[in-house]
Amino acid sequence: MSQSAPGAPRTFPLSELKPGAGAVVARIEFEGLQRRRLLDLGIVPGTAIRAELDSPMGDPRAYLVRGALIALRNAQAARIVMTEETD
Amino acid sequence: MTVNEHTQIPLSHGSACATCPAAHLQRVGIDTSNADYVVALAGNPNTGKSTVFNALTGLRQHTGNWPGKTVTRMEGMFRYGDKAYKLVDLPGTYSLLATSEDEEVARDFILFGQPHVTVVVVDATRLERNLNLALQVLEITDRAVVCLNLMDEARRHGLDIDHRRLARELGVPVVPTAARQGEGIMDLVATIADVAASRYARHPHRLLLKDPHLVRAVSDLASDLQKMYPGLPNARWVALRLMDNDPRMVEAVRSGELADLIAAQSGQMGGPGALELASA
Repeated sequence: MSQSAPGAPRTFPLSELKPGAGAVVARIEFEGLQRRRLLDLGIVPGTAIRAELDSPMGDPRAYLVRGALIALRNAQAARIVMTEETD
Repeated sequence: MTVNEHTQIPLSHGSACATCPAAHLQRVGIDTSNADYVVALAGNPNTGKSTVFNALTGLRQHTGNWPGKTVTRMEGMFRYGDKAYKLVDLPGTYSLLATSEDEEVARDFILFGQPHVTVVVVDATRLERNLNLALQVLEITDRAVVCLNLMDEARRHGLDIDHRRLARELGVPVVPTAARQGEGIMDLVATIADVAASRYARHPHRLLLKDPHLVRAVSDLASDLQKMYPGLPNARWVALRLMDNDPRMVEAVRSGELADLIAAQSGQMGGPGALELASA
């Protein structure tokens, strides 16, 4: 779980993850059903995600989540906060 | 339908030994009245749920629609021992908590229809992803069996799954199957029969609420719900959904629709009367 203590790891939105790069979910800035939907897709704090494919227009993008490719709109991915992979 | 008309289909695989109970499984086809037990079949899409359904019921099925929905409803029957089981195929979903029509149908049937057994078909090669639905089902009902399907693919991928430990941790039986090959289907049937007849001690894995204020709030809300809606099957679960601000549940409680759901689903259990049949 992420803390915002001093010296906490840098965070950035999932939408800014470079193709082929990986990071870990720190928190999800959605509530209600949109949050539920993402949790059901396996996107929970601590989940490792890799940016896999770009669509021709760059939106949506496909991410590898727990063994499945999942397409997310950039508007959604912008509100999934990631942190660099540790250990 | 009389007993004579029941088709008896030899299993295509692995039923050669004389002690196999395969001969006791009779697929009854489309007659849906006079079932002793109702069994719901849940699972993620692409887990081989339909293959499991076909393996249990044979090819003749009863297709209709869920009342008031555009979602297809499939039913079939099988006979095992001296009992008849009606199998209801629920739509394939990843969750029971979002708002698609499919998820609503599946959730309403498990919660209000109170099937004697709910079988959750999971993909053995994508267990982590599939257990989300299994755990959500266990929050609603303790009369569940996990069907660990696609074991043939799991073996091909070199996966070895400790299904006994999984059963211990989930608190419900776990049966490995490869439904395409007929593998494990007889074990599944026998386990369904055990759970239906309450021959299995059930301790389903449930969300552990630690905060005393939350525990108190849930139990207060649950007892209020029970007073408002006598016969509500799992008031704790509905209370948790309300506290999660699930708009569908909030609306169902506010409008009194919950009472209709309880009545409608328990009425549907009896027979084909409540089914809206497809014109075919």
